[in-house]
Amino acid sequence: MEYVISLLGPMTAGALVTLKLFFITLVLSIPMGLALALMRISRIKPLSSLVGAYIWLMRGTPLMLQLLFVYFALPFVPVIGVRLPDFPAAVVAFALNYAAYFAEIFRAGIKSIDRGQYEGAKVLGMTYAQTMRRIVLPQMWARILPPVSNETITLVKDTSLIYVLALNDLLRVARGVVQRDFTFTPFIVAGGFYLGMTLVLTWVFQHLENRHAKYDA
Amino acid sequence: MPNTMRDTAKSEVMISAQGIHKSFGHVSVLRGVSLTLTRGEVVAIIGPSGSGKSTFLRCLNHLETIDRGTIVIEGEVLARSEGEGKAQYVSEAEIRKIGRKMGMVFQSFNLFPHMTVLENIIEAPLIVKGMKREEIIPKAEKLLAKVGLSAKRDAYPNHLSGGQKQRVAIARALAMEPDILLFDEPTSALDPELTGEVLRTMRELADEHMTMLVVTHEMGFAREVANRVIFMDGGDIVEQGPSEAFFAAPQHERTKAFLHNML
Repeated sequence: MEYVISLLGPMTAGALVTLKLFFITLVLSIPMGLALALMRISRIKPLSSLVGAYIWLMRGTPLMLQLLFVYFALPFVPVIGVRLPDFPAAVVAFALNYAAYFAEIFRAGIKSIDRGQYEGAKVLGMTYAQTMRRIVLPQMWARILPPVSNETITLVKDTSLIYVLALNDLLRVARGVVQRDFTFTPFIVAGGFYLGMTLVLTWVFQHLENRHAKYDA
Repeated sequence: MPNTMRDTAKSEVMISAQGIHKSFGHVSVLRGVSLTLTRGEVVAIIGPSGSGKSTFLRCLNHLETIDRGTIVIEGEVLARSEGEGKAQYVSEAEIRKIGRKMGMVFQSFNLFPHMTVLENIIEAPLIVKGMKREEIIPKAEKLLAKVGLSAKRDAYPNHLSGGQKQRVAIARALAMEPDILLFDEPTSALDPELTGEVLRTMRELADEHMTMLVVTHEMGFAREVANRVIFMDGGDIVEQGPSEAFFAAPQHERTKAFLHNML
């Protein structure tokens, strides 16, 4: 027990790195995903196709590869080439990747709204933008909460990939201690940390779902 | 009682649709339908399903685009064909402006489920007309009283019966103060015992000389409330006339067969 308590200090520091990446990625990728989804359903064909290609690229290659690319290869790309420190590089790769997944969830949510809602809004004189903002998107949020919850929980665990950039997240800290002390206990403690984080997320999403459930029959 | 057409208003044309053609792919749904609606008139469009009556109604407020023909709403051109050419529409902004002269009530209500009854009614006046809440809320409450749903002010649509939903939809349309109301089979999705309350509301509007165009299967409503009845079949108007004469002595064989089946 004393040993476990002695682990909490360094592992909390690792968990903070994990949480920092998690929150920044979430805050960036949700608005980006919404913008991508709106572009994807746009009637402007080249825009829609371009976003389609982007989503294919982001979903079609490993996140780990994207991480390595942003950190190691991006500096050598002409024009857009920048050398990013490790944590910002991780944020960029995660946000770009998760935005693509969120875009598809949002697109599915928007598509699931009945055509009658658009017609009801149109005959009241609303523009497309007003219809989206006031009628379609508020209903979309309620419907996509379960898949967004899924994606968010996956994100908590995907953050462990940043060990490839030698960032000391929760899992890398745990692995360091395992190798130092020749015991698996740190892995179990790390598992506890992840479970705690996903439990909080589960509560949050449950609460959001309940709040939206009030208008359902 | 059918409200009598007032001579003073007789000349004021609210809707003029001439030679409307519309196809879905290779299927021709409207084959040159023409209609003139004057202020205060209540016109019922009846006909078998697939006759094009709903499509025609939806063309008038641009829920469908026409291929050929001319639509003029209160003197303002919505779409116009030169000769046999394809119909040309005015700009998006113009279309929206013209569209606001008409309110529409749907078979499937199309209320906004995430908003309360009151919010449904005030939404468009707030964001389309830019009215203030304190201006529109008393008006919305008056409309709710008119359709007999004051008690449901803060309920969500999914907690209402079909008849109540449709009355909210009518109040929502009225909140935008349209000059014309279009009804697309407003009672077809309702249980028979609920159609009465919706028809009663519509009859009250007719008594207030609201200009109404109603696609319906309710022969009783067409006979008693409408001034004029139009029978459509196969994408065209087969027969029309003042409602009493229409039901008493239909001229066309197809009309007779249809009415025989309906009554």
